[in-house]
Amino acid sequence: MRIEEHPILDFHKDNKISFTFNGETLEGYEGETIAAALHASGVKILGKSLFMHRPRGFYCAIGNCSSCMMTVNGVANVKTCVTDLKEGMVVEIQEGKGVIA
Amino acid sequence: MKEVELLIIGGGPAGLCAALSAAESSAKVCIVERNKSLGGQLIKQTHMFFGSEKQYASIRGIDISGILLDKLNHYKDNVEILTETTVVGMYEDGVVTVLHKEDNYYKIKPKAVIVATGAFEKTLAFPNNDLPGIYGAGAVQTLMNVHGVKPGDRVLMVGAGNIGLIVSYQLQQAGVQVAAILDAAPKIGGYLVHASKIRRMGVPILTSHTVKEAIGKEFVEKAIVCQVDEKFQAIEGTEMEFDVDVICISVGLTPLNELLAMRGCQTKYVPQLSGFVPLRNENYETTIENVFTAGDATGVEEASSAMVEGYLSGLCAASKIGYTPGNFEERKKDYIKQLNDLRSGPVGKHILAGIEQIVI
Repeated sequence: MRIEEHPILDFHKDNKISFTFNGETLEGYEGETIAAALHASGVKILGKSLFMHRPRGFYCAIGNCSSCMMTVNGVANVKTCVTDLKEGMVVEIQEGKGVIA
Repeated sequence: MKEVELLIIGGGPAGLCAALSAAESSAKVCIVERNKSLGGQLIKQTHMFFGSEKQYASIRGIDISGILLDKLNHYKDNVEILTETTVVGMYEDGVVTVLHKEDNYYKIKPKAVIVATGAFEKTLAFPNNDLPGIYGAGAVQTLMNVHGVKPGDRVLMVGAGNIGLIVSYQLQQAGVQVAAILDAAPKIGGYLVHASKIRRMGVPILTSHTVKEAIGKEFVEKAIVCQVDEKFQAIEGTEMEFDVDVICISVGLTPLNELLAMRGCQTKYVPQLSGFVPLRNENYETTIENVFTAGDATGVEEASSAMVEGYLSGLCAASKIGYTPGNFEERKKDYIKQLNDLRSGPVGKHILAGIEQIVI
Protein backbone atom coordinates (compact mmCIF):
# COMPACT_ATOMS: atom_id res chain seq x y z
CA MET A 1 0.00 0.00 0.00
CA ARG A 2 2.99 2.30 -0.43
CA ILE A 3 3.37 4.69 -3.36
CA GLU A 4 6.21 3.36 -5.50
CA GLU A 5 6.49 6.14 -8.03
CA HIS A 6 5.26 9.71 -7.89
CA PRO A 7 5.57 12.48 -10.51
CA ILE A 8 6.21 15.26 -7.96
CA LEU A 9 7.19 13.77 -4.63
CA ASP A 10 10.18 11.78 -3.55
CA PHE A 11 9.60 9.86 -0.35
CA HIS A 12 12.77 9.35 1.65
CA LYS A 13 12.16 6.06 3.34
CA ASP A 14 15.58 5.13 4.58
CA ASN A 15 15.48 3.74 8.07
CA LYS A 16 13.25 0.74 8.49
CA ILE A 17 12.06 0.10 12.02
CA SER A 18 10.02 -2.66 13.55
CA PHE A 19 7.19 -2.46 16.04
CA THR A 20 4.38 -4.69 17.22
CA PHE A 21 0.66 -4.37 16.61
CA ASN A 22 -1.47 -6.53 18.92
CA GLY A 23 1.57 -8.77 19.36
CA GLU A 24 2.35 -9.14 15.66
CA THR A 25 5.67 -7.72 14.42
CA LEU A 26 5.31 -5.16 11.62
CA GLU A 27 7.69 -2.81 9.86
CA GLY A 28 7.51 0.87 9.17
CA TYR A 29 9.87 3.74 8.46
CA GLU A 30 11.40 6.40 10.62
CA GLY A 31 9.63 9.75 10.24
CA GLU A 32 6.17 8.37 9.62
CA THR A 33 3.30 8.25 12.06
CA ILE A 34 2.04 5.08 13.74
CA ALA A 35 -1.25 5.27 11.80
CA ALA A 36 0.59 5.69 8.46
CA ALA A 37 2.84 2.69 9.18
CA LEU A 38 -0.18 0.58 10.15
CA HIS A 39 -2.11 1.61 7.05
CA ALA A 40 0.91 0.80 4.86
CA SER A 41 0.83 -2.71 6.39
CA GLY A 42 -2.87 -3.02 5.58
CA VAL A 43 -4.17 -2.31 9.10
CA LYS A 44 -7.20 -0.04 8.83
CA ILE A 45 -8.93 -0.83 12.11
CA LEU A 46 -7.28 1.17 14.86
CA GLY A 47 -9.87 0.80 17.59
CA LYS A 48 -13.41 -0.04 18.63
CA SER A 49 -16.18 2.39 19.48
CA LEU A 50 -16.96 2.67 23.19
CA PHE A 51 -20.51 1.34 23.35
CA MET A 52 -21.31 -0.44 20.08
CA HIS A 53 -17.75 -1.79 19.62
CA ARG A 54 -17.82 -0.81 15.98
CA PRO A 55 -14.50 -0.71 14.13
CA ARG A 56 -12.73 2.65 14.07
CA GLY A 57 -10.11 3.98 11.66
CA PHE A 58 -8.62 7.45 11.45
CA TYR A 59 -10.66 10.26 9.91
CA CYS A 60 -8.76 13.57 9.90
CA ALA A 61 -5.11 12.42 10.19
CA ILE A 62 -4.09 15.75 11.74
CA GLY A 63 -4.87 15.14 15.39
CA ASN A 64 -8.33 16.72 15.61
CA CYS A 65 -10.96 14.02 15.56
CA SER A 66 -9.62 11.44 18.08
CA SER A 67 -10.80 8.51 15.95
CA CYS A 68 -7.27 7.01 15.83
CA MET A 69 -6.57 6.64 19.55
CA MET A 70 -4.72 3.48 20.57
CA THR A 71 -2.65 2.15 23.48
CA VAL A 72 1.04 2.71 22.77
CA ASN A 73 3.74 1.34 25.09
CA GLY A 74 1.02 0.88 27.69
CA VAL A 75 -0.20 4.48 27.47
CA ALA A 76 -3.87 4.81 26.54
CA ASN A 77 -5.46 7.34 24.18
CA VAL A 78 -2.43 8.09 22.04
CA LYS A 79 -3.40 9.89 18.82
CA THR A 80 -1.59 7.58 16.43
CA CYS A 81 -2.16 9.82 13.40
CA VAL A 82 0.21 12.47 14.79
CA THR A 83 2.57 10.33 16.88
CA ASP A 84 5.84 9.26 15.27
CA LEU A 85 6.63 5.59 14.99
CA LYS A 86 9.66 4.51 17.04
CA GLU A 87 11.70 1.31 17.03
CA GLY A 88 10.22 -1.37 19.25
CA MET A 89 6.92 0.39 19.94
CA VAL A 90 4.16 -1.77 21.35
CA VAL A 91 0.93 -0.68 19.67
CA GLU A 92 -2.40 -2.17 20.70
CA ILE A 93 -6.07 -1.71 19.97
CA GLN A 94 -7.60 -0.12 23.03
CA GLU A 95 -10.59 -1.60 24.82
CA GLY A 96 -12.79 1.00 26.47
CA LYS A 97 -11.83 4.50 27.56
CA GLY A 98 -8.33 3.68 28.77
CA VAL A 99 -6.93 4.34 32.22
CA ILE A 100 -4.17 6.73 33.25
CA ALA A 101 -1.53 4.73 35.09
CA MET B 1 5.64 32.43 33.72
CA LYS B 2 7.12 33.10 30.31
CA GLU B 3 6.58 36.65 29.03
CA VAL B 4 6.39 37.32 25.30
CA GLU B 5 5.40 40.30 23.17
CA LEU B 6 3.34 38.75 20.39
CA LEU B 7 2.17 35.17 20.70
CA ILE B 8 1.04 33.49 17.48
CA ILE B 9 -0.97 30.31 17.92
CA GLY B 10 -0.62 28.10 14.86
CA GLY B 11 2.31 27.84 12.45
CA GLY B 12 0.35 27.36 9.22
CA PRO B 13 0.17 29.85 6.33
CA ALA B 14 -1.69 32.52 8.36
CA GLY B 15 0.49 32.19 11.46
CA LEU B 16 3.77 32.20 9.51
CA CYS B 17 2.81 35.30 7.53
CA ALA B 18 1.62 37.04 10.71
CA ALA B 19 4.99 36.25 12.30
CA LEU B 20 6.81 37.59 9.24
CA SER B 21 5.11 40.95 9.12
CA ALA B 22 5.28 41.42 12.91
CA ALA B 23 8.97 40.46 13.10
CA GLU B 24 9.70 42.72 10.14
CA SER B 25 8.13 45.52 12.20
CA SER B 26 10.68 44.72 14.98
CA ALA B 27 8.19 43.01 17.30
CA LYS B 28 9.40 39.99 19.24
CA VAL B 29 7.31 37.04 18.15
CA CYS B 30 6.70 33.61 19.62
CA ILE B 31 5.00 30.96 17.44
CA VAL B 32 3.36 28.01 19.17
CA GLU B 33 2.71 24.98 16.97
CA ARG B 34 1.28 21.65 18.11
CA ASN B 35 2.98 19.65 15.34
CA LYS B 36 6.68 18.91 15.20
CA SER B 37 7.20 21.17 12.19
CA LEU B 38 5.80 24.43 10.84
CA GLY B 39 3.84 24.91 7.62
CA GLY B 40 0.41 23.64 8.69
CA GLN B 41 -1.47 22.00 5.85
CA LEU B 42 0.82 23.52 3.20
CA ILE B 43 3.13 20.53 3.66
CA LYS B 44 0.71 18.27 1.77
CA GLN B 45 -0.44 20.64 -0.97
CA THR B 46 1.31 19.38 -4.09
CA HIS B 47 -0.80 21.53 -6.43
CA MET B 48 0.17 24.94 -7.73
CA PHE B 49 -1.55 27.86 -6.06
CA PHE B 50 -3.89 30.38 -7.65
CA GLY B 51 -4.15 34.07 -6.82
CA SER B 52 -1.41 36.50 -7.80
CA GLU B 53 2.36 36.57 -7.49
CA LYS B 54 2.12 38.12 -4.02
CA GLN B 55 0.41 34.95 -2.77
CA TYR B 56 2.90 32.70 -4.58
CA ALA B 57 0.60 31.78 -7.46
CA SER B 58 1.82 28.87 -9.64
CA ILE B 59 4.11 27.64 -6.84
CA ARG B 60 3.22 24.37 -5.11
CA GLY B 61 2.01 24.60 -1.50
CA ILE B 62 4.78 22.24 -0.36
CA ASP B 63 7.34 24.76 -1.66
CA ILE B 64 5.55 27.84 -0.29
CA SER B 65 6.01 26.52 3.22
CA GLY B 66 9.80 26.40 2.64
CA ILE B 67 9.82 29.92 1.17
CA LEU B 68 8.01 31.33 4.20
CA LEU B 69 10.35 29.55 6.63
CA ASP B 70 13.42 30.87 4.77
CA LYS B 71 12.03 34.39 5.00
CA LEU B 72 11.30 33.93 8.68
CA ASN B 73 14.88 32.83 9.20
CA HIS B 74 16.03 36.39 8.32
CA TYR B 75 14.36 37.56 11.51
CA LYS B 76 15.50 34.70 13.68
CA ASP B 77 16.63 37.02 16.49
CA ASN B 78 13.04 38.22 16.78
CA VAL B 79 11.27 34.91 16.36
CA GLU B 80 10.99 32.10 18.86
CA ILE B 81 9.42 28.86 17.63
CA LEU B 82 7.88 26.36 20.02
CA THR B 83 6.93 23.16 18.20
CA GLU B 84 5.17 20.11 19.66
CA THR B 85 3.49 22.62 21.93
CA THR B 86 -0.29 22.75 22.20
CA VAL B 87 -2.15 25.73 23.61
CA VAL B 88 -4.65 24.29 26.05
CA GLY B 89 -6.17 27.44 27.52
CA MET B 90 -6.60 31.19 27.16
CA TYR B 91 -7.78 32.98 30.28
CA GLU B 92 -9.44 36.29 31.23
CA ASP B 93 -6.23 37.68 32.72
CA GLY B 94 -4.47 37.18 29.38
CA VAL B 95 -2.55 34.10 30.50
CA VAL B 96 -2.15 31.36 27.92
CA THR B 97 -1.39 27.83 29.10
CA VAL B 98 0.56 25.41 26.94
CA LEU B 99 1.59 21.78 26.99
CA HIS B 100 4.94 20.83 25.45
CA LYS B 101 4.96 17.17 24.41
CA GLU B 102 3.21 15.16 27.10
CA ASP B 103 4.64 16.45 30.34
CA ASN B 104 5.77 20.07 30.32
CA TYR B 105 2.85 22.34 31.19
CA TYR B 106 3.48 26.05 31.68
CA LYS B 107 2.06 29.57 31.35
CA ILE B 108 2.78 32.31 28.83
CA LYS B 109 1.83 35.97 29.29
CA PRO B 110 1.80 37.80 25.95
CA LYS B 111 1.11 41.47 25.23
CA ALA B 112 -0.99 40.42 22.24
CA VAL B 113 -2.07 37.13 20.67
CA ILE B 114 -2.93 36.14 17.11
CA VAL B 115 -5.05 33.00 16.97
CA ALA B 116 -4.39 31.30 13.62
CA THR B 117 -5.58 27.80 14.44
CA GLY B 118 -7.07 26.95 11.04
CA ALA B 119 -9.98 24.64 10.41
CA PHE B 120 -10.95 21.00 10.43
CA GLU B 121 -12.78 18.73 8.07
CA LYS B 122 -16.50 18.23 8.22
CA THR B 123 -18.12 14.86 7.89
CA LEU B 124 -21.31 13.68 6.22
CA ALA B 125 -24.23 11.74 7.71
CA PHE B 126 -25.09 8.41 6.04
CA PRO B 127 -25.48 4.83 7.33
CA ASN B 128 -22.10 3.24 8.20
CA ASN B 129 -20.23 6.52 7.80
CA ASP B 130 -17.99 5.47 10.68
CA LEU B 131 -16.41 2.50 8.90
CA PRO B 132 -12.64 2.48 8.49
CA GLY B 133 -11.88 3.47 4.90
CA ILE B 134 -14.06 6.57 5.15
CA TYR B 135 -11.56 9.37 5.44
CA GLY B 136 -11.49 13.14 5.16
CA ALA B 137 -9.96 14.42 1.92
CA GLY B 138 -7.25 16.19 3.91
CA ALA B 139 -6.46 12.95 5.73
CA VAL B 140 -6.00 11.19 2.42
CA GLN B 141 -3.68 13.99 1.30
CA THR B 142 -1.61 13.66 4.45
CA LEU B 143 -1.37 9.89 4.11
CA MET B 144 -0.35 10.07 0.43
CA ASN B 145 1.66 13.24 0.11
CA VAL B 146 3.40 13.34 3.48
CA HIS B 147 3.84 9.63 4.22
CA GLY B 148 3.74 8.08 0.75
CA VAL B 149 1.04 5.59 1.72
CA LYS B 150 -1.98 4.80 -0.46
CA PRO B 151 -5.36 5.07 1.27
CA GLY B 152 -6.66 2.06 -0.71
CA ASP B 153 -7.10 0.77 -4.24
CA ARG B 154 -10.28 2.43 -5.42
CA VAL B 155 -11.80 5.63 -4.10
CA LEU B 156 -15.19 7.30 -4.26
CA MET B 157 -14.78 11.05 -3.79
CA VAL B 158 -17.70 12.86 -2.20
CA GLY B 159 -17.62 16.59 -2.98
CA ALA B 160 -16.63 18.33 -6.21
CA GLY B 161 -15.28 21.52 -4.64
CA ASN B 162 -11.63 22.44 -5.22
CA ILE B 163 -10.35 20.09 -2.51
CA GLY B 164 -12.36 17.14 -3.86
CA LEU B 165 -11.13 17.77 -7.41
CA ILE B 166 -7.51 18.38 -6.45
CA VAL B 167 -7.30 15.36 -4.13
CA SER B 168 -8.88 13.16 -6.83
CA TYR B 169 -6.14 14.26 -9.21
CA GLN B 170 -3.49 13.60 -6.56
CA LEU B 171 -4.93 10.13 -5.90
CA GLN B 172 -4.57 9.27 -9.58
CA GLN B 173 -1.01 10.68 -9.52
CA ALA B 174 -0.26 8.30 -6.65
CA GLY B 175 -1.59 5.36 -8.66
CA VAL B 176 -4.94 5.06 -6.88
CA GLN B 177 -8.04 4.75 -9.03
CA VAL B 178 -10.87 7.23 -8.50
CA ALA B 179 -14.18 5.55 -9.38
CA ALA B 180 -16.21 8.77 -9.45
CA ILE B 181 -16.60 12.18 -7.88
CA LEU B 182 -20.02 13.05 -6.47
CA ASP B 183 -21.59 16.32 -5.52
CA ALA B 184 -25.08 16.80 -4.13
CA ALA B 185 -25.22 20.24 -5.73
CA PRO B 186 -26.40 20.49 -9.35
CA LYS B 187 -23.12 22.21 -10.31
CA ILE B 188 -19.42 21.50 -9.78
CA GLY B 189 -18.26 23.77 -6.95
CA GLY B 190 -14.54 23.88 -7.79
CA TYR B 191 -12.65 25.61 -10.58
CA LEU B 192 -13.40 24.33 -14.08
CA VAL B 193 -9.67 23.94 -14.79
CA HIS B 194 -9.38 21.33 -12.02
CA ALA B 195 -12.59 19.59 -13.12
CA SER B 196 -11.44 19.39 -16.76
CA LYS B 197 -8.07 17.95 -15.73
CA ILE B 198 -9.66 15.11 -13.77
CA ARG B 199 -12.32 14.47 -16.42
CA ARG B 200 -9.61 14.10 -19.04
CA MET B 201 -8.27 11.23 -16.91
CA GLY B 202 -11.61 9.50 -17.38
CA VAL B 203 -13.03 10.13 -13.91
CA PRO B 204 -16.77 10.87 -14.06
CA ILE B 205 -18.14 13.78 -12.02
CA LEU B 206 -21.72 13.08 -10.98
CA THR B 207 -23.56 16.21 -9.87
CA SER B 208 -26.90 15.95 -7.98
CA HIS B 209 -25.62 12.67 -6.51
CA THR B 210 -24.79 11.66 -2.95
CA VAL B 211 -23.78 8.62 -0.89
CA LYS B 212 -26.80 6.76 0.34
CA GLU B 213 -24.96 4.17 2.36
CA ALA B 214 -21.58 2.56 2.91
CA ILE B 215 -21.46 -1.23 2.92
CA GLY B 216 -18.88 -3.30 4.77
CA LYS B 217 -18.34 -5.33 7.89
CA GLU B 218 -14.94 -4.28 9.19
CA PHE B 219 -14.17 -1.61 6.60
CA VAL B 220 -15.67 -0.13 3.44
CA GLU B 221 -16.32 -2.67 0.69
CA LYS B 222 -18.96 -0.84 -1.35
CA ALA B 223 -20.79 2.46 -1.63
CA ILE B 224 -24.41 2.93 -2.64
CA VAL B 225 -24.89 6.18 -4.49
CA CYS B 226 -28.16 7.83 -5.49
CA GLN B 227 -29.41 10.86 -7.30
CA VAL B 228 -30.93 13.75 -5.33
CA ASP B 229 -33.64 16.24 -6.28
CA GLU B 230 -33.37 20.03 -6.03
CA LYS B 231 -34.18 19.78 -2.31
CA PHE B 232 -31.29 17.32 -1.85
CA GLN B 233 -33.69 14.44 -1.19
CA ALA B 234 -32.78 10.97 -2.49
CA ILE B 235 -34.69 9.94 -5.62
CA GLU B 236 -35.87 6.35 -5.27
CA GLY B 237 -34.82 3.90 -7.93
CA THR B 238 -31.65 5.78 -8.88
CA GLU B 239 -29.28 3.72 -6.68
CA MET B 240 -25.92 2.65 -8.11
CA GLU B 241 -23.25 0.46 -6.54
CA PHE B 242 -19.55 1.29 -6.53
CA ASP B 243 -16.94 -1.28 -5.56
CA VAL B 244 -14.60 0.92 -3.56
CA ASP B 245 -12.47 0.44 -0.45
CA VAL B 246 -12.22 4.14 0.34
CA ILE B 247 -14.88 6.84 0.53
CA CYS B 248 -13.19 10.21 0.67
CA ILE B 249 -15.28 12.98 2.24
CA SER B 250 -14.64 16.44 0.89
CA VAL B 251 -17.62 18.45 2.05
CA GLY B 252 -15.78 21.44 3.39
CA LEU B 253 -14.14 22.57 6.59
CA THR B 254 -15.26 24.37 9.68
CA PRO B 255 -13.22 27.01 11.58
CA LEU B 256 -11.25 25.92 14.66
CA ASN B 257 -11.45 28.74 17.15
CA GLU B 258 -12.49 27.30 20.50
CA LEU B 259 -9.60 29.16 22.12
CA LEU B 260 -11.16 32.49 21.15
CA ALA B 261 -14.52 31.38 22.55
CA MET B 262 -12.77 30.27 25.76
CA ARG B 263 -11.10 33.68 26.04
CA GLY B 264 -14.56 35.29 25.79
CA CYS B 265 -14.37 36.74 22.28
CA GLN B 266 -17.80 37.21 20.77
CA THR B 267 -18.52 34.71 18.03
CA LYS B 268 -21.34 34.33 15.54
CA TYR B 269 -22.62 31.52 13.35
CA VAL B 270 -22.04 32.59 9.74
CA PRO B 271 -22.87 29.91 7.13
CA GLN B 272 -20.85 31.68 4.40
CA LEU B 273 -17.74 31.36 6.59
CA SER B 274 -18.55 27.72 7.41
CA GLY B 275 -19.32 27.93 11.12
CA PHE B 276 -18.87 29.95 14.28
CA VAL B 277 -16.41 32.77 13.73
CA PRO B 278 -15.16 35.63 15.92
CA LEU B 279 -16.42 39.18 15.42
CA ARG B 280 -13.46 41.38 14.44
CA ASN B 281 -12.51 44.83 13.22
CA GLU B 282 -10.70 45.54 9.94
CA ASN B 283 -7.36 44.98 11.71
CA TYR B 284 -8.46 41.43 12.56
CA GLU B 285 -8.68 42.31 16.26
CA THR B 286 -11.53 40.49 18.03
CA THR B 287 -13.97 41.92 20.60
CA ILE B 288 -11.22 41.49 23.20
CA GLU B 289 -8.42 44.02 22.98
CA ASN B 290 -5.07 42.65 21.79
CA VAL B 291 -6.58 39.33 20.78
CA PHE B 292 -6.28 39.02 16.99
CA THR B 293 -7.15 36.26 14.55
CA ALA B 294 -6.30 35.30 10.95
CA GLY B 295 -6.79 32.57 8.38
CA ASP B 296 -9.38 29.81 8.39
CA ALA B 297 -10.04 30.31 12.12
CA THR B 298 -11.84 33.51 11.12
CA GLY B 299 -13.77 31.90 8.23
CA VAL B 300 -12.90 29.09 5.82
CA GLU B 301 -11.28 30.33 2.60
CA GLU B 302 -8.10 29.43 0.75
CA ALA B 303 -4.49 29.37 1.91
CA SER B 304 -3.83 32.41 -0.32
CA SER B 305 -6.21 34.62 1.65
CA ALA B 306 -5.03 33.08 4.93
CA MET B 307 -1.51 34.28 4.12
CA VAL B 308 -2.64 37.84 3.36
CA GLU B 309 -4.81 37.92 6.50
CA GLY B 310 -1.75 36.76 8.41
CA TYR B 311 0.40 39.59 7.06
CA LEU B 312 -2.32 42.11 7.85
CA SER B 313 -3.01 40.92 11.40
CA GLY B 314 0.72 40.67 12.18
CA LEU B 315 1.25 44.23 10.99
CA CYS B 316 -1.69 45.55 12.99
CA ALA B 317 -0.79 43.59 16.13
CA ALA B 318 2.80 44.91 16.02
CA SER B 319 1.47 48.43 15.69
CA LYS B 320 -1.00 47.88 18.54
CA ILE B 321 1.72 46.86 21.00
CA GLY B 322 3.74 49.97 20.30
CA TYR B 323 5.88 49.38 17.22
CA THR B 324 5.78 51.66 14.20
CA PRO B 325 5.96 49.48 11.12
CA GLY B 326 7.36 51.32 8.09
CA ASN B 327 4.76 52.40 5.50
CA PHE B 328 2.03 51.13 7.81
CA GLU B 329 -0.92 52.72 6.04
CA GLU B 330 0.33 51.82 2.57
CA ARG B 331 0.98 48.20 3.49
CA LYS B 332 -2.36 47.86 5.21
CA LYS B 333 -4.09 49.23 2.12
CA ASP B 334 -2.14 46.84 -0.09
CA TYR B 335 -3.12 43.79 2.00
CA ILE B 336 -6.78 44.86 1.98
CA LYS B 337 -6.59 45.30 -1.79
CA GLN B 338 -5.02 41.84 -2.20
CA LEU B 339 -7.83 40.32 -0.13
CA ASN B 340 -10.45 42.14 -2.20
CA ASP B 341 -8.83 40.87 -5.40
CA LEU B 342 -8.80 37.29 -4.10
CA ARG B 343 -12.48 37.66 -3.21
CA SER B 344 -13.54 39.13 -6.55
CA GLY B 345 -15.03 35.92 -8.04
CA PRO B 346 -18.42 34.31 -7.38
CA VAL B 347 -17.07 32.37 -4.36
CA GLY B 348 -15.57 35.61 -3.08
CA LYS B 349 -18.96 37.28 -3.23
CA HIS B 350 -20.29 34.63 -0.89
CA ILE B 351 -17.31 35.08 1.48
CA LEU B 352 -17.77 38.87 1.47
CA ALA B 353 -21.45 38.44 2.38
CA GLY B 354 -20.21 36.45 5.39
CA ILE B 355 -17.50 38.91 6.38
CA GLU B 356 -20.05 41.73 6.32
CA GLN B 357 -21.76 40.02 9.26
CA ILE B 358 -18.69 39.88 11.50
CA VAL B 359 -16.80 43.12 10.93
CA ILE B 360 -17.41 45.55 13.78
